[in-house]
Amino acid sequence: MEELDVEPPLTLIPGVDSNRRHMCFDWGPGEMLVCETLFTKGGHAEKGPGCPNIFIVRKDQDVYSQILRKLFNESHGIFVGLQRSEEEMTGKSRKAQLVRVSKNYRSVIRACMEDMHQVAISTRDPELHYQYSTQVSILSAMELIWNLCEILFVEVAPAGHLLLHLLDWVRLHVCDVDTMVHEVLSSENPSKHKDFWNTVDIFVLQGRMDDARHLLAKEASANPTSVGMCKILDDLMKKMPVLSLGNTQTLTEMELKWQHWHEECQRYLQDGTFASNPHMESICKILLGDENAILEKKEIMTTWYHFLVTRLVYSHPTVKPVELRFYAQSSLDLFLGGESSPEPLDTILMAAFEFEIHQVIKECSIALSNWWFVAHLTDLLDHCKLLQSHNLYFGSNMREFLLLEYASGLFSHHSLWQLGVDYFDHCPEYGKVYLELHIERIPLNTEQKALKVLRICEQRQMQDQVRSICKIMAMKAVRNNRLGSALSWSIRAKDAAFATLISDRFLKDYCERGSFSDLDLIDNLGPSMLLSDRLTFLGKYREFHRLYGETRFSEAAKLLLMLMTARIAPCSFWMTLLIDALPLLEQKEVIFSAEQTYELMRCLEDLTAGKTDNQKHQGDDIETTKVEILRLALARNLARAIVKEGTLEGS
Amino acid sequence: MEDFSAKFVSQKISKTRWRPVPAAALQPPELFATGSWDNEENKISIWSVGDFGSLEDAPNGEYQGEPQLLCDIGHQGDVMDMQFFDQERIVAASSTGSVTVFRHHQNNQTLSINQRWERAHYHMNPDTHSYGGASCTGVICNNPEIVTVGEDGRINLFRADHKKAVRIIENADSSTLHAVTFLRTTEILTVNSIGQLKIWDFREQRNEPSQIFSLTGDRIPLHCVDRHPSQQHIVATGGQDGMLSIWDVRQGSMPVSLLNAHDAEMWEVHFHPSNPDHLFTCSEDGSLWHWDASMEVSEKPSFFHQGGRSTTFLSHSTNQSVISAWLNNNPTKDRMEITNLVPNQTLSVNSLDVLGPCLVCGTDAEAIYVNRHLVA
Repeated sequence: MEELDVEPPLTLIPGVDSNRRHMCFDWGPGEMLVCETLFTKGGHAEKGPGCPNIFIVRKDQDVYSQILRKLFNESHGIFVGLQRSEEEMTGKSRKAQLVRVSKNYRSVIRACMEDMHQVAISTRDPELHYQYSTQVSILSAMELIWNLCEILFVEVAPAGHLLLHLLDWVRLHVCDVDTMVHEVLSSENPSKHKDFWNTVDIFVLQGRMDDARHLLAKEASANPTSVGMCKILDDLMKKMPVLSLGNTQTLTEMELKWQHWHEECQRYLQDGTFASNPHMESICKILLGDENAILEKKEIMTTWYHFLVTRLVYSHPTVKPVELRFYAQSSLDLFLGGESSPEPLDTILMAAFEFEIHQVIKECSIALSNWWFVAHLTDLLDHCKLLQSHNLYFGSNMREFLLLEYASGLFSHHSLWQLGVDYFDHCPEYGKVYLELHIERIPLNTEQKALKVLRICEQRQMQDQVRSICKIMAMKAVRNNRLGSALSWSIRAKDAAFATLISDRFLKDYCERGSFSDLDLIDNLGPSMLLSDRLTFLGKYREFHRLYGETRFSEAAKLLLMLMTARIAPCSFWMTLLIDALPLLEQKEVIFSAEQTYELMRCLEDLTAGKTDNQKHQGDDIETTKVEILRLALARNLARAIVKEGTLEGS
Repeated sequence: MEDFSAKFVSQKISKTRWRPVPAAALQPPELFATGSWDNEENKISIWSVGDFGSLEDAPNGEYQGEPQLLCDIGHQGDVMDMQFFDQERIVAASSTGSVTVFRHHQNNQTLSINQRWERAHYHMNPDTHSYGGASCTGVICNNPEIVTVGEDGRINLFRADHKKAVRIIENADSSTLHAVTFLRTTEILTVNSIGQLKIWDFREQRNEPSQIFSLTGDRIPLHCVDRHPSQQHIVATGGQDGMLSIWDVRQGSMPVSLLNAHDAEMWEVHFHPSNPDHLFTCSEDGSLWHWDASMEVSEKPSFFHQGGRSTTFLSHSTNQSVISAWLNNNPTKDRMEITNLVPNQTLSVNSLDVLGPCLVCGTDAEAIYVNRHLVA
């Protein structure tokens, strides 16, 4: 067992005094039941009032958020798409595809964040507002981390291009620039606006040279004295060598140009060109990559990773992925300056810069309140073939472990369980077992829901679960006195025993009422009649009644006899069948042949002989009367049959 | 797929229905209703795809076409089926067995309960003689009449504003009734869980179906039924195996044609109301199919854009060909064009509705899709 990474959070159960009494609990799939026991700390059972409630403690609270449901549903589609695309492509197109998937995930997070933001600003309840705002910042952090992971692990950008991606990353996540620019530009005299230089600085810090030059032109036109300076600075900015994604120039070329440009900046700074304007001087220092000058803008950069990227832009534009960790660590140290300690988000980003994928996932699991993020990110990274070697000391591998946790959370939700199924499907080792255990616990309140669950099980050949669901539904139907439905369910499950049970109920009803219920069903059994002997009998017996009703007596007689001689009818029912034969025996014309009559007699004798003397005595008078009437009718029919057959043969 | 706008709504959608447009109006429908299922609290919601709803919510026009929620109201139990009774009233069937009429107040965009028949469908426990609600699985309206069917095999005939059922057929079916539709004013069609299609005539006093149709032997449950809008003897049903069956109720007791369709339960089938050689089906397998049986591909008129006088004339002329289109004994496989309208959807498409050029469907992935430019 490894050591604990963090102290587990305490959850207080309202009304339970755990100092006084013991508590007991039971694990559920996604939640836990907790209640107070009678036992005190001293171990004695104590009578008297305690907390009368049983509490349900939920592990994954985020599953219950209305807005996050959109995230779960939309990302489910992306997840399934990713699993299906498996291994179709190789090399470049595969990478492009993975990047696309990653971007899709991020756009879902962003959409969700916007929704949450809308709700947060429209709510009047301060507590709810706080809750929603917290969610917004969590979602925003998730997107930030995901984006960085995408650049470093999925995109795997090489030196040069790496920085371009990082710049985009920083630009995307510092969102108040545009509003500030808008404010400055829409004022009467932009260059006199209090935020004018701040805005220029932000553009420079983010490497947005064109935007910065555009603003600088405003200063030049408003302030004739600084035209010269502005022109030089503008020229420097314009000349700054940059790599672009489509560019073919080599890194050495780039470095050479860079060196040249750097020296030029250095010259202007040293000859005091910008000395009269502290703003421009500091910009020039930034261009030179002066750490202190950049650090002075701490307030407008707000984060250490912005500082890191700015620093790289102006001092190490061709930084290699492996070198990132050194700059990242020193940037963090410089930025915090020993004043504050890093927060969880900082630790996670730092781990990413250090290419410690497992550390990233671990820290995220601890810091974030749901499994959604780690499960999906880990799955994506696994598809990038980055996690192969890592096995856990429990369960299967990390990807599967996280997916199982996430899907279990979905299954504990009242209606999100359907999403969980596909996640279990893509967990090769334990997915099936988890699914089997969870699916049996889905409450089946309507037949339609049962059909949906059944479809899931049938598609995955989960025979036991299919049987159990059908049995539950059949039992429900029996309890509601819906024998027809019950029979349909047991036929679907091919549950012979239960079909027999229901057939018996039908026969019992028939014996009591003298007529069949649910004829529309029994008449249409078709091949499913063969499921159980009793069901076959039920179907055939009904057929006998139909033939009889249609006065097709000889066919009816043949069928009736066959039901007994072929032992299809249960013995307990033979007497009823023999009584049914009575009207046929009493018909004007002879229906049972001599041979058939012998058979009937043997059936009757078998029936009576099977009973012990004891039973005979107990049997009521009606039973003995029935036997006597039958014997009489059989004898008379035999006589008539012999005569008839004799006459026919003789003639 | 590009023509569809999707919206995730944080509830599993069981039913979607367009609000009918007044007969005289030529514009496409603007409002639709959805019902949810399997949530802790289920809802009936009214959505707008027209322009007036999106004006205030999305001034930048970015969300144009995306449905906007106008109002919603809680619903006890899953919404099993739902129909517009008229312009303002919606009838909803609940898994608790009750049938509720909701009224949509357009002036202040609210929904309220107009009328409710509690426990219209129920089971009686033979031992304890206690009643328990049974899921009401289908409802159909033909102003002023409302017919409901349920898991209890009962058929109820209600009349709006009457407190009690006008007619009840107890034990109409020994298995579960899955759906119902009107054949004529006094006749209804039901489908059940053992693959039978039955015609009931309310003029007859005995509680027996006037006709029973069934697939031979297989007993594959039927889940949905729709009648051809202009040729009332043509009926389409969808089954548990995803098969589409076309029946001619004038003759025979077996379907005229069986068409292999979806991989799982077909939940709904709808003829296009004004252009019935187009048919739409949706299924548990997550697909939504458009069946085009119009004969002359080249002369395909654009009925779906209901603009202009020519509409009635054109649809009249094609009706002639429709007779053979659906009832052709040798299914027009080479002539039938089938397209899956929502590919890559993994969870069930539970419901669809089509009216004029507009189609709406709802899924278990908690999304609704709207297409307002259905071009066949």
